[in-house]
Amino acid sequence: MKAVLNWLDHRTGIRAVLHAALYEHIPGGARWRYVWGSTLVFAFVVQLVTGVFLWMAYSPSGHTAWESVYYIQNEMQGGWLLRGLHHFMAQAMVILLAFHLMQVVIDGAYRAPREVNFLLGLILMQIVLGLSLTGYLLPWDQKGYWATRVATNLMGLVPILGTQLQKLVVGGADYGHHTLTRFFALHAGVLPGLLLGLLVLHLAIFRRHGIHAPDPHRRPDTTFWPDQILKDSVACLAVLAVVLFVVVRLGADLGAPADPSHEYSAARPEWYFLFLFQFLKLFEGGGETGELIGGIVVPFLVLLALFAMPWVGRWKLGHRFNVGLLLCLLAGIGVLTAQALYADNRAQWAGKPPSTADKDSPEVKRYEASSGYLRARHHAEMEAERVIELIKHNKGIPAGGALTLLRDDPKTQGPRLFARWCASCHLHDDSPEIFGQPSAPDLTGFGSRKWIAGLVDPKQVDGPHYFGNTSHNGENGGQMVEFIKTTMPELEPADVAKAVAALSAQAQLGSQHDMDKKDAAMIQEGIEQIELLGCIDCHKFRDLGDLGTAPDLTGYASREWLLGMISNPAHERFYGENNDRMPAFAANPDDPKSNTLSPKNLDLLVAWLRGEWHRPPRAKR
Amino acid sequence: MQSSRESTDLESDLEAAGTRRRGFLSRIAAAVVGSLVALVPMAAGLLTFLDPLRSRAKGGGDGRSNRGRLVRVAPLDALGADGVPRQFQVVADRFDAWNRFPDESIGVVYLRRVPGSNDVQAFNATCPHLGCFVAFKPDRGIYQCPCHESAFKIDGAMIHPTPSPRDLDELRTEVKDNAVWVWYQDFYTGKEQKKPKT
Repeated sequence: MKAVLNWLDHRTGIRAVLHAALYEHIPGGARWRYVWGSTLVFAFVVQLVTGVFLWMAYSPSGHTAWESVYYIQNEMQGGWLLRGLHHFMAQAMVILLAFHLMQVVIDGAYRAPREVNFLLGLILMQIVLGLSLTGYLLPWDQKGYWATRVATNLMGLVPILGTQLQKLVVGGADYGHHTLTRFFALHAGVLPGLLLGLLVLHLAIFRRHGIHAPDPHRRPDTTFWPDQILKDSVACLAVLAVVLFVVVRLGADLGAPADPSHEYSAARPEWYFLFLFQFLKLFEGGGETGELIGGIVVPFLVLLALFAMPWVGRWKLGHRFNVGLLLCLLAGIGVLTAQALYADNRAQWAGKPPSTADKDSPEVKRYEASSGYLRARHHAEMEAERVIELIKHNKGIPAGGALTLLRDDPKTQGPRLFARWCASCHLHDDSPEIFGQPSAPDLTGFGSRKWIAGLVDPKQVDGPHYFGNTSHNGENGGQMVEFIKTTMPELEPADVAKAVAALSAQAQLGSQHDMDKKDAAMIQEGIEQIELLGCIDCHKFRDLGDLGTAPDLTGYASREWLLGMISNPAHERFYGENNDRMPAFAANPDDPKSNTLSPKNLDLLVAWLRGEWHRPPRAKR
Repeated sequence: MQSSRESTDLESDLEAAGTRRRGFLSRIAAAVVGSLVALVPMAAGLLTFLDPLRSRAKGGGDGRSNRGRLVRVAPLDALGADGVPRQFQVVADRFDAWNRFPDESIGVVYLRRVPGSNDVQAFNATCPHLGCFVAFKPDRGIYQCPCHESAFKIDGAMIHPTPSPRDLDELRTEVKDNAVWVWYQDFYTGKEQKKPKT
């Protein structure tokens, strides 16, 4: 062993190098306050190691980025741990940076001859923040996508070269494959390379000047190995333990795949950039100039003040000023972050809505903004879960990416289509948006026994959930309302129940499949009741009655019936001339492009109204 | 005086010994803790890196198993009664990491009807030597590999001398509803034993 070492030492001088590395002189003994720099180096090494392994499984393109991250997170052995370490160590690094900066400034370690090293440190800090920003986009989920768009849009505000700069970073006018390839090259190549190079310089200069001991006679001098290294390792262990705890408890989350066509109201930057986000809000209403000042000029001036610290700090008062400035900055960041968190979560934290009824009061507006954000976040979580259900059901992701699964999913698309096209008149319990007073029936459970039972209930038929707000209501002399109100009370409830079951069975709802099968005999009797009760005086049902006065009851609320009804409610098979304001969404079957709803969207909407979508088997517990 | 100096020496000796012992413990502790923190990220990375070694036969993934996948390859009528092999694509869902590509070619087989019977023989077209596709030469009635000239008889047996370590890989077949179904699977090449890729 010794012979080998001697041989190597003769040729490389390794002993001297090792000795210089390990036996650095530490005046005043090893101290806990010196550990921050080492924990940062450790965090960087962890990012380097985990990053390279993640690189082996990551695929940067619009159709594969989210998918490969999904695969790492959910399918690969230990992938959740690897990604979790990388995800949370990045956040730990930001905190450690703040501690390191504080220690250096408070100890006055930036003073001559260490000015250059302080500047290097500030540049390193910005590279780390750049790594965070670029890394946030790489999973290509809704959160990263929309938050990073805000950051690159801010870049467009830089005077003169802004738009060009933005195009260069984004790889074109819009986000796409090249945004990912560029961000990935920055994140895994350019920035870590720069960081590594500058870190070596930073450490070399640090060694040249030696450690800055604020109190060199505290204890006997010592050396880096083993005393300070032991303290450093214990600190690293503590950092690692905290990060591992968070990985196991929370796990790195992955939102639904980025969808440029679907807004994401819960877009927020990573928490350590929240203060900037909140800070920008102070400049709201200032237009482009306001954004420029809040998003670029002020942060730039703050950085300038940090860069000037070594020179300002030459005087005793200047040093105090520096310390004060840093503490104020950190306090400001803390306050802004807390404000941002509170603004988003006030609806949840406050518990109950503000007591004032004034809709325009700022308090109500803030409450509504917060509950809107919380709703959007909840939807985002549901969607992230949904896409995983769909992947499992599909036994893999189609070549077009995971987004195609969501786009073909009635459960995801139905509420969106409903909100866009139907919710201005109709209600539905699962629609995310409600627009004022409904003017058409509530479509929750349309065609189900419960829904039809309500329709033929004299108490409900003229109410807001059925015809109450339509031109078919009692006030306007609607015949159905009149019929239900006058005839129904005279009928045998058992006969009505049979007719309801029979009409509902026409819908062939998947949710009632077992029930319809069990009640086949009753449904058979109900079919006769529909004819006997007088429905066919106005409606057509199977071979009886005529079209033209009221909707066809044959196949009522079935898939085919609904497709026809939504396509053209004024068709003689449905409401004909009596149609109340409902537009035809696909009146021209021969020319789908001229219709409001494409055949695919029509299918998705109908499937959603009928509750037809993939449901995962109940998880066994 | 003398005794006092002695006691000072003793104290400093004791102190030196204490420092040495502390130094030794510090060294051990620093080495242990230092290695531990370095190992964790490395271990997490290696765990994921070694993911391909894990068998994915259960449930998801590409559903590889020791028996292969039963795939309908061709109608029985497509095979001549003369026993001459014909090449067919095996079309099934192809899995690639996170992707599933429905109905893509996942491999190539030769099918031949054994003359005078309804039995069908199926061979994986991959040469067992180093994985090129073998071609059937109708004029000579043999399979030949374009890469290193391995040659096999019409029933898949090696023709010596040959670089191939084993006969062509025969696959199990079933004939149902007048169609040929093949238990398709790939095997590692270059080995005397047929070892399925799972």
